[in-house]
Amino acid sequence: MIRVEGLTKRYAQNLAVDGISFEVERGRIVGFLGPNGAGKTTTMRVLTCFMPPTAGKASVAGFDCVENPQEVKKRIGYLPETPPLYPDMSVNEYLLFVGALKGIPSAELGKRVAEVEERCAVADVKNRLISKLSKGYRQRVGLAQAIIHNPDVLVLDEPTSGLDPRQIMETRDLIKGLAGDHTIILSTHILQEVEAMCEEVIVIAKGKLRAIESLDNLIARGVGAVDIEIEPREGELSFPFVKQVLEKTPGVTRVTQTGEVRNNRVRFEVESQSGHDARGDIARAVVGANLNLNELRSGLEKIYLELTGAPAVAAAPEETSA
Amino acid sequence: MRNIFTICKKEIKSYFSSPVGYLLLTMFALIIGFFFWNVVGYFAIMGARQMQSGGNMNVNEFVIRPLIQNMSVVGLFLIPLITMRLFAEEKRQGTIELLLTSPITDIQMLLGKWLSAVVMYGAMVGFASINFFFLFAYSNPDVKPMLIGLLGLMLQAGALLSIGLFISTTTKNQIIAGATTFGVALLLWTFEWVAGYETAAWAKVMSYLSVMSHFESFTRGVLDTKDAIYYVSLTFLGLFLTARSLESLRWRS
Repeated sequence: MIRVEGLTKRYAQNLAVDGISFEVERGRIVGFLGPNGAGKTTTMRVLTCFMPPTAGKASVAGFDCVENPQEVKKRIGYLPETPPLYPDMSVNEYLLFVGALKGIPSAELGKRVAEVEERCAVADVKNRLISKLSKGYRQRVGLAQAIIHNPDVLVLDEPTSGLDPRQIMETRDLIKGLAGDHTIILSTHILQEVEAMCEEVIVIAKGKLRAIESLDNLIARGVGAVDIEIEPREGELSFPFVKQVLEKTPGVTRVTQTGEVRNNRVRFEVESQSGHDARGDIARAVVGANLNLNELRSGLEKIYLELTGAPAVAAAPEETSA
Repeated sequence: MRNIFTICKKEIKSYFSSPVGYLLLTMFALIIGFFFWNVVGYFAIMGARQMQSGGNMNVNEFVIRPLIQNMSVVGLFLIPLITMRLFAEEKRQGTIELLLTSPITDIQMLLGKWLSAVVMYGAMVGFASINFFFLFAYSNPDVKPMLIGLLGLMLQAGALLSIGLFISTTTKNQIIAGATTFGVALLLWTFEWVAGYETAAWAKVMSYLSVMSHFESFTRGVLDTKDAIYYVSLTFLGLFLTARSLESLRWRS
């Protein structure tokens, strides 16, 4: 459905995207993961025909983004990082305008607008001015705008950034609900987001492709490092004992305490033999030793940091394309 | 065609969803109304004197013509206010991303926007032209020269609006777009001054480039193809530059 070959985009001074190639099949939901300034937005802007690449090719549904942009644009719905909304319009007016712009026949327009308003849960504010809406509503209007012409491909640039936890959950559910009919690419720098929504992950950093894998494979890579939080039932239990329990678990090669003990809770990073999923064993061992297992997560963060090449400190400041 | 219309409709709506549209209509009507009152007052007194000495003053010559000239001058000040937001606002709001990723061509987009500006200016001229009806009620001026004068006004505005549209694509800042458009329009207007004291070739060229030197014939009620072609070509130039600027926006953004 989407095919990108050797995509390169150079701005005046810096190289934003450097020879990225990937393919996305129909109906998939793909996470585009990378730190800020990695080139996610730039790649998306090329895909949506907002701007041409410096070199390389991008095509959607078999149409080239440079040679046949009109055909590509008909098949793509795009939600930029800041939803492109007109504050002076009401939600209804805005969606009618975008619908007409996307080429929906006038006869169907009203019906279609009502449909997407329902689907994106903005029907209750359809007569309100967009400038009066909360951020969550604006984001959903932005999403409604992207799906109004029922595009084959949806490109969502950080769809949950700046929302509160409830809005994030609602937006994720909405996006997951769209997955069957549309091929979706969504960019994010939040790992949980990818974990919650995507089947496949494309990791980029500093304009280069670092990994393209199914989420399961990525997690399988990550089981080498498991992040757990443990709370001994009785406060008196010594933490070295907890560490011992973990170290004795079969398959575990290294246990490192991460952070201080807080509220009688302690976190560990547990590494095991590569390719071996030790999560089940770890959980059994912890519970067997009469300890509370508060949290156990595969160490996606660690892979993320490894792949994006950044040390544990914050990523180096990079230009964000304007 | 539908795409042009969609954009045009949206722009016209947006003039009137804020006070801008109403303000432009009111200001223009108010100023022209005042001018009309003055010109008619002058005409009434001078006309009476002329009658005593056996002469006759023509309404077209002494009322309609100066009024249309004044409309063109006032329009010069208001045209930047019409065009400054057209692209600058989209760029600032980020909605340009929506337009550029929608299945419409750049040409359709800019034609829609230009058309909306022409309609807006047309509405201003139309609203202020109510004054002319009083002339027809109390006198019998020639319709044809008046219509030709109004046509010239629209042709001139079309050209300046296209230049304003182009300038609006170059910035995110409406004030910068407006001020630059005003400066360019004013220069294009005053270029003809050089013809007053200089007869060299460069002065002729400069004077030819002036939007005012081509307006003269229209106000006299003469439809001169040469002048009409000047305005139409200037319009095309403005629209062409807009199209190029949009294209470069894609490359640079």
